Amino acid sequence: MRRLASREELEKLREELRGKMEKIERWVAVCSGPGCHVHGSGEVAQAFLKEVEAQGLGDKVKVRATGCHGFCEVGPVAVIFPERYCYTRIRVEDVPRIVSTTLKEGEVVEDLLYVDETTGKKVLRDEDIPYYKFQHRLLLGQHLEIDPEDIGDYIAAGGYSALAKALFDMKPEEIIEEVKAARLRGRGGGGFPAGIKWETTRNAPGDPKYVIVNADEGDPGAYMDRGILEGNPHSVLEGLIIGAIAIGSPQGFVYVRQEYPIAVKNMQRAIDQAREIGLLGENILGSDFSFDVKIHMGAGAFVSGESSALMTAIEGKVGEPRPKYIRTAVKGVWDKPSNLNNVETWANVPLIINNGAKWYTTIGTDNSKGTKIFSLVGKVKNTGLVEVPMGVTLRKIIFDIGGGIRGNKKFKAVQTGGPSGGVIPESLLGIAVDYDELDQVGSMMGSGGMIVMDEDTCMVDVARYYVNFLSDESCGKCVPCREGLRQASRILERICAGKGKEGDIELLEELGSFMRDASLCALGRTAANPVLSTIKYFRGEYEAHILEGKCPAKVCKELISYFIDPARCKACGQCVRVCPVDAISGGKGLVHIIDQDKCVRCGSCFAVCPDKFRAVVKLSGEPVPEVAPGTKIRKKAKGEKKCRK
Amino acid sequence: MQKVTLEIDGLKVSVEEGKSVLDAAKKAGVPIPTLCYHDELEPFGACRFCMVEIIRGNRKRLVASCVYPAEDGLVVRTNTDRVKEIRRMIIELLLPLAPAGPLRELARRYGVKRSRFESEDMQPTHCTLCGMCVRYCSEVVKYDAVSFVGRGVSKAVALTPEAQDQCVFCRKCYTICEAGRFPMLAEEYSV
Ligand SMILES: Cc1cc2nc3c(=O)[nH]c(=O)nc-3n(C[C@H](O)[C@H](O)[C@H](O)COP(=O)(O)O)c2cc1C
Ligand code: SF4
Ligand code: FES
Repeated sequence: MRRLASREELEKLREELRGKMEKIERWVAVCSGPGCHVHGSGEVAQAFLKEVEAQGLGDKVKVRATGCHGFCEVGPVAVIFPERYCYTRIRVEDVPRIVSTTLKEGEVVEDLLYVDETTGKKVLRDEDIPYYKFQHRLLLGQHLEIDPEDIGDYIAAGGYSALAKALFDMKPEEIIEEVKAARLRGRGGGGFPAGIKWETTRNAPGDPKYVIVNADEGDPGAYMDRGILEGNPHSVLEGLIIGAIAIGSPQGFVYVRQEYPIAVKNMQRAIDQAREIGLLGENILGSDFSFDVKIHMGAGAFVSGESSALMTAIEGKVGEPRPKYIRTAVKGVWDKPSNLNNVETWANVPLIINNGAKWYTTIGTDNSKGTKIFSLVGKVKNTGLVEVPMGVTLRKIIFDIGGGIRGNKKFKAVQTGGPSGGVIPESLLGIAVDYDELDQVGSMMGSGGMIVMDEDTCMVDVARYYVNFLSDESCGKCVPCREGLRQASRILERICAGKGKEGDIELLEELGSFMRDASLCALGRTAANPVLSTIKYFRGEYEAHILEGKCPAKVCKELISYFIDPARCKACGQCVRVCPVDAISGGKGLVHIIDQDKCVRCGSCFAVCPDKFRAVVKLSGEPVPEVAPGTKIRKKAKGEKKCRK
Repeated sequence: MQKVTLEIDGLKVSVEEGKSVLDAAKKAGVPIPTLCYHDELEPFGACRFCMVEIIRGNRKRLVASCVYPAEDGLVVRTNTDRVKEIRRMIIELLLPLAPAGPLRELARRYGVKRSRFESEDMQPTHCTLCGMCVRYCSEVVKYDAVSFVGRGVSKAVALTPEAQDQCVFCRKCYTICEAGRFPMLAEEYSV
């Protein structure tokens, strides 16, 4: 493609690209996001390309391997346009049928449609699937139109028009005013107003100024930023260039963890393509504005995502938070004013510039505008990336979009905000999801991780998991965070092992408030959230561990026993065979018995006992009943119902 | 150089802009206890023992005085109840690591009779990770013969084997270490 020397040339290119698209009768978006990829979408996309050629549809049909559509649970998914027919769980063998039936004839392949669990009906179009119906996919929706490796797709879809507008129709101050008026808040954690940060950086003394994308994404289980970088890197790049114009920065950085090779690759390609056609580099679109971007690969430590640690890492040093009380917007990389925003924050910028702050503020709540992407994982039926307007309730996300809890279990809590977020119990599912409401209940928005937990989850164990994660991931520099986490972990391990003491809960609370007040950076200041919020909402569960030696969810190994119910055992012998320590005795026709002294509580017998018997049960906080060796198994009585609760 | 005037525990004091609250307190003659601060080194901000309460308008905040810049009109309280609680907790948390060093004396001074965290299964490392040795080597001697390794609760101080030929045997690391770790470390590496 040629170098664009003016806005008019960009528009001309866009017309040409769109003109080419007009000959296309149908196109298919094969999701190649992280979730679908694991399910084999790579082969599916290849099969589409081959099959379209084989059936001679090469000039009428376009195949795109796109970024994440969101509904990872049922992947690989593909959507066929213009009808928007949506197929789920596609296998390579299904592709020829899809090509000959849908892409060629516009007919539906019925058996590949999504079936709505509640109505039992098949759903034709992606937008009518309940999972998508309640979303507002401002960002993720773009993925369906774009091959992330092709800047042409992005431009044809309207890309870089916001850049042209910012460059030629607006003064830098006006761009900042627009972002301020849109009340865009940072999507990476704190929810700081982006426009105000931009203004601070612009007005701070010192040159050059830097603009930076935070794509460290260190929360376990979260992949919103990865989804965007892989699926629509140009949207982030366009936002970053607009920010650079507003702030007056000649140099940008994308800080991305090296564990995201496809994100790195797609972003690098996006940068190269943009530079090649004059959207980056000297005199962008023929203007007198010059700007370029470098990718910085990080080692993916959780703490490197903290702003000052990230900037230290860009300087080539160990990524540790700085103790200085001076904002990175004023003194950041090499002590120069540096504006850091999250991937998703940047991706919102072109939308705001194109459609205006007035439009943007119609979406969301009073204090939180626009949409937010969550990575919905854990014990929900529908896992994936979910983009909703700020202010929908947690219940809507988990039950209407997520489809509720897997396996007929009961909801227990949802953890939001990443490792230093908090858990939220059922009684608060009605709260609106925005920055302030989540803060108020002791959790936070964080970057958008959302882990759903069912009744089989032990909340002390959950706190222990996060504290141990943070103990390893903290930089270890300051005493409150490092030693506070070390001791919190020891106390929690103790409680989970049934050795908790009276006073442990209060000590944890004291440690938590100390860490919040005294730690150097936000990691330590928020690290006690998982502990404090589980104590706040599930104190009884802590007490049961400490006072009664009981783990109510029957998770903590040292506090449970496995027992074979003599009324249910059918002497099938499967448990005897899997027990690694030969703790189970019993012969043909005899009730099997676990020797509690030998049992190491690995749970193998529990897992292997056939569902129709479910004779192995977990006990906690109660004595294991004695069963006399040689007890005969119970034969099914006449008329006995097979059901159990 | 521009001067700023602040109030520390009721005393007014003026210092050059860019100085820390700790510097200003020294000038005013108000003692603020520290663990990781050293005159010859850049402030490190890691022990948090120097925390004080600052008041701006009606907002109170706890900050580490060795790194917080002295600002005009700032009101500082160095000995509030919360500040003392924080210091006591730091002592309790560090005692199991370095029971032999100057912490015992501090514990007495702050009325910490016993650390709730001391237990038989926690072996003292004799190191509070104040980083004096590491920082002295890199900031003053300008070598990296001593460095931090690991992160989080596994963080430790180590001699850098590859950098040993840089060592000028100034031995400052031996004397700067108050917690007792350094001589042991040197022995482990047999230098
Ligand atoms: C321990 C820690 C880890 C963080 N990790 C990330 C991260 O992975 N991605 C991110 O965007 N922000 C992360 N943040 C928040 C950043 O410090 C910073 O606030 C954010 O990148 C600013 O961008 P925003 O205003 O657009 O959210 C982290 C903060 C802390 C304290
Ligand atoms: S709070 Fe934790 S991560 Fe932050 S500086 Fe202190 S030790 Fe490092
Ligand atoms: S003296 Fe250690 S943090 Fe200030």
